[in-house]
Amino acid sequence: MMDDRNALLSDQTFARAIEFIWLEAELLDRRDYHAWLQLWDAEGMYVVPIDPNTTDYAATLNYAFDDQHMRELRVQRMTSGYSASASDAARTVRTVSRFTRSSDSADVVEVKSSQIIIAYKRGVSTVFAADLTHKIGMKNGEPHLLEKVIRLINSTEALNAIGFLL
Amino acid sequence: MPYCTLWPSSSEPIQLLPQNTMSTPTYHTIDTSALAKRAGSDRIAPSLYYDPQLFEEELERIFYRTWVWVAHESELPKPGDFVTTTIGRQPVIVVRDRTGAVNVLQNRCRHRGATVCEEHKGNAKGFTCPYHSWSYALDGTLRALPYGDGYEGVCEKGDLPLKKLRVGVYQGLIFASFNESIESLEDFLGGAKPWIDLFMKQGAGYPIKANGEHKFKFKGNWKIQLENTTDLYHFPVVHKSWMKSIDEETAAVITSFMTSEDAFCRSLGNGHSLAVLVPEIVDLDKDDGAPLPERFNELAAQLAQKHTPQEVRRIVRSLMGVGFNLNLFPNLALSMAFFRVLRPISAEETEIRHVALAMDGGPEEANRVRLRIHEHFQGPFGFGSPDDAEAWERVQRGSYAGPDVPILVNRGLNRETTAQNGEKTAHATDETGMREAYRQWRVMMEQA
Repeated sequence: MMDDRNALLSDQTFARAIEFIWLEAELLDRRDYHAWLQLWDAEGMYVVPIDPNTTDYAATLNYAFDDQHMRELRVQRMTSGYSASASDAARTVRTVSRFTRSSDSADVVEVKSSQIIIAYKRGVSTVFAADLTHKIGMKNGEPHLLEKVIRLINSTEALNAIGFLL
Repeated sequence: MPYCTLWPSSSEPIQLLPQNTMSTPTYHTIDTSALAKRAGSDRIAPSLYYDPQLFEEELERIFYRTWVWVAHESELPKPGDFVTTTIGRQPVIVVRDRTGAVNVLQNRCRHRGATVCEEHKGNAKGFTCPYHSWSYALDGTLRALPYGDGYEGVCEKGDLPLKKLRVGVYQGLIFASFNESIESLEDFLGGAKPWIDLFMKQGAGYPIKANGEHKFKFKGNWKIQLENTTDLYHFPVVHKSWMKSIDEETAAVITSFMTSEDAFCRSLGNGHSLAVLVPEIVDLDKDDGAPLPERFNELAAQLAQKHTPQEVRRIVRSLMGVGFNLNLFPNLALSMAFFRVLRPISAEETEIRHVALAMDGGPEEANRVRLRIHEHFQGPFGFGSPDDAEAWERVQRGSYAGPDVPILVNRGLNRETTAQNGEKTAHATDETGMREAYRQWRVMMEQA
């Protein structure tokens, strides 16, 4: 039952989740990928699906479907200097907003939001617009990412190569 | 050929091209006699990458005249199943009709030209134009149009189907052509056919199925991508970050071609070419008994619960695909474990699709491993494709420097041999495949 005290706690949880999502956005725009890795639960999944309707990501082709190992490899690739596209990646500025809480429990809050990234490279600015879903664990009072799903609005169209993290 | 006029006889008639007439070049603005200078046997002029007039002629003389890959049969298992795609700039629908035949139809209402389908894929009973509700059957026949009294004595429905392209299918690969008098698809594929047959063996006894695709664009000419499929020379350089992300065993196998004398590049005629990078897995039916890669141990154990040891080996050995890239001029490549499809958008922009493949009816756990392998390298967010795109865009940008400085495609001329059937072979890192593509390019561009 949601009494005033629970509502207040819940709002605090929601506010902490939003603060956490904004922190993540800041780290990604600054390309502080090693710090970004620290936001994750070891079991967490980073997903960029192609099919706008799929929820069975393992059974379908995605742009990214990263467990911890793949996230670490991806960060290694982007920071190693061996990748021409990552070394000369677009600079990004992203705005995350339109937050709604789709579910929460004592330990997990799920937040849906919108994300607009402007990516600038060689005189061209490209927009990457997406719906986001963050599942954030709140165990022990420290938020950590259990799942992040990025549904690009043009996921089934031809994209430009992406040398940064969404 | 019968023509239908839409104008009263007292006015000048508008002639509709008869069904199946090939696309007619609208203008000839280039000097074809100069093409040999611009695209020599071992070097090309940089303007081949950015000349907009040349690009228009390429659409007319290559993409609207030859066989162009449009879909795989597995994408159309049932009557009514369709996919839409584009040949050059022309939108088409690939659809299986009620008789089971595959039709490739111009996606353009015969009335005022609107597209009749904007979905990427689906199942339909027919196609209805959103503008005035002219409706077409799956074979393109015009079934109905509203208020037909306005056409009584003017034209016949039977004369106004969606225009059909010629269709050819080989090993499930569906090709189409605007050119009704083109040679048979089998003749066109010619020396590439045995290699297509070998490629399809990665189904491990199951039919091959298209299983999703990555699509991305790069700011560069389509021929830069055409060159790339048999350009193994670039691989250890451009894909270093990908190789750092895989196990050493796989990286060693994938790059063994750099020093292997058994790895080769070969021209196959008609612009097609081949690059064999792992000779040991050219024919997946031939099992040399080598231990399976350790990273697939867990999967092999799962498969062993339902499959014989021989079947497990066959499936696991096929996960990475075959040991070669086959480049089919002008728009398809069968590249180890996936289809690569290119679409020219403009002289300076190209769309690429990487179609993932699965075993149709095969073990789900193995098909999922294939998906993960594909995601790892391919697509705009993969560990490989973005670096390819970066290199290709650099080529496009750099090609403006020194318009009189040629692009070289002469690597390996010093060790190229020619077989009795005319196929040329050199080392896997050599540019024999590119030379074959440009030879065919010249042949087609110099046609009247």
